Amino acid sequence: MTTAQAAALATDTRGTDYLVSLPRRIVTLYLPLAVFLVVLLFPFYWMAMTAFKPDAELLSRDGNPFWISNPTLAHVKKLLFETQYPEWLWNTLLVSIVSTFISIVCSVLAAYAIERLRYRGSRYVGASIFLAYLVPPSILFIPLATMVYKLDLFDTRLALILTYPTFLIPFCTWLLMGYFKSIPFELEECALIDGASRFQILVKIVLPLAVPGLISAGIFAFTLSWNEFIYALTFVSSSEVKTVPVGVVTELVEGDIYHWGSLMAGALFGSLPVAALYSFFVEYYVSGLTGAVKE
Amino acid sequence: MKTGSTPSALSRALDNRNVLGLLFMLPAGILLVVFLTYPLGLGTWLGFTDAKIGRSGQWVGIENFEFLWGDAVTRLALFNTIFYTAVASVIKFALGLWLALLLNKRLPFKAFFRAIVLLPFIVPTALSALAFWWIYDAQFSVISWALTRMGLIHKYIDFLGDPWNARFSTIAANVWRGVPFVAITLLAGLQTISPSYYEAASLDGASSWQQFRYVTLPLLTPIIAVVMTFSVLFTFTDFQLIYVITRGGPLNATHLMATLSFQRAIPGGNLGEGAAIATAMVPFLLAAILISYYGLQRRTWQQGAGDK
Repeated sequence: MTTAQAAALATDTRGTDYLVSLPRRIVTLYLPLAVFLVVLLFPFYWMAMTAFKPDAELLSRDGNPFWISNPTLAHVKKLLFETQYPEWLWNTLLVSIVSTFISIVCSVLAAYAIERLRYRGSRYVGASIFLAYLVPPSILFIPLATMVYKLDLFDTRLALILTYPTFLIPFCTWLLMGYFKSIPFELEECALIDGASRFQILVKIVLPLAVPGLISAGIFAFTLSWNEFIYALTFVSSSEVKTVPVGVVTELVEGDIYHWGSLMAGALFGSLPVAALYSFFVEYYVSGLTGAVKE
Repeated sequence: MKTGSTPSALSRALDNRNVLGLLFMLPAGILLVVFLTYPLGLGTWLGFTDAKIGRSGQWVGIENFEFLWGDAVTRLALFNTIFYTAVASVIKFALGLWLALLLNKRLPFKAFFRAIVLLPFIVPTALSALAFWWIYDAQFSVISWALTRMGLIHKYIDFLGDPWNARFSTIAANVWRGVPFVAITLLAGLQTISPSYYEAASLDGASSWQQFRYVTLPLLTPIIAVVMTFSVLFTFTDFQLIYVITRGGPLNATHLMATLSFQRAIPGGNLGEGAAIATAMVPFLLAAILISYYGLQRRTWQQGAGDK
């Protein structure tokens, strides 16, 4: 790398700032970018390595830890057949899908009302939706826990399905308000003249035009519910209703001997579904993320 | 309002607009009022009671807050939270801005890079925190292994056993998770800056640092304010990373207000005390929001608010 640096210095002294040469690009662009990528991806690589590495290799300081000599499926087998991991996966999936669905329905109606019906006070409601998004779960979980207990929902999936929309609806509503804003009023006016009801306009005109927004909101809501931790940790205590993040953290860590292999396998397979979903809808996800911040 | 342009078309709907609006707001409104607004008030009220798990509390005034103010662990948690938030936010901003600037350059496979950069942000934090726990393991840490092989250290680093090591280790994990968010949102901001500004600046002989300082930074300030508000908010109320990696240890050195509030309220059973700690976080959060809000306003005013 010293030659490249020397070359970069040489180009510097020639003062060709605006014609950036390849060696300079290597030092100022590719090298830092490579370091960023390696650091950002290393924990995932390490999860995968650990998940398929036999215990003997895991607990030895000799040899190269970055590679596996004898890959094994023992940890995965233990995870799938000796723990309740499959049930946790099912719970997470169920809770995420149902709470996402509820949130999207509520958010579509609310966003349309705020952005398009413009009822009296809708500006203030819009602003308070944004404020609601800023309320962090870590100051809500204690009162919510007492409510969950009083409503007799403790240790049920319903407790999670009902509480997740508290952070999903504000986010999705805010996101969808931005999408609805971009749909021309003229389309709705035409439909109104033709005698369509507001509900028909919403379903037949606005929603088809807002499909990208719906996908963004859906992906986002699903990922947020899949990743939720503090509510699931507080409102649920039996293993058979736990979600993956909570199950792996609370049930797979037993005593002083950590089963790193199955722990990392659990982390890996709990991350893969959201990573896969994300990879199919990257553009929607990014536009949702940046759109929500830009508004 | 634009709708005013064709009053005849929309006037029929105007009669029931408020009724219809209310109807459409109902599902979201009920859920949010019952499970967000009400618990927000309930939490504040609980902070002034001696509620325990299985026993509704009596009003005790500011007793909880008085006790917590004298409590060494709570004071330590407050210090930790401020330290954790300040250090992690500054690093996240610096690295995130750098990464955004890198990704904004002419680059092959740009979309692919942008996609994988965001991975740490989208996977469950509790699960990636487990990976960090394993990476920081006292006996089998891969970092210690690599450093020993390079001959830089002779003894394995006790990442999570020493108070300051533990603080910086958890901050590193938080930065790892937060940098992608900052980078991708700032990148979106950078992409809205017209290249003609840079052409004009370089024609006027501005160096690349001057272009950054006098073109990029001023135009990026509004989005920086928003992104950093979110970042500060999420870091200040962080729970998962600490809970998974250290559970607040060693000797409460990494306890944040959120983890302490959980520990006192749920395993400890002192709902009132836990709620008081959570309530004590609210003024800090409000301050963070107000600072960035006014920072943002000043900036839009300077740029001429008309072009928005």
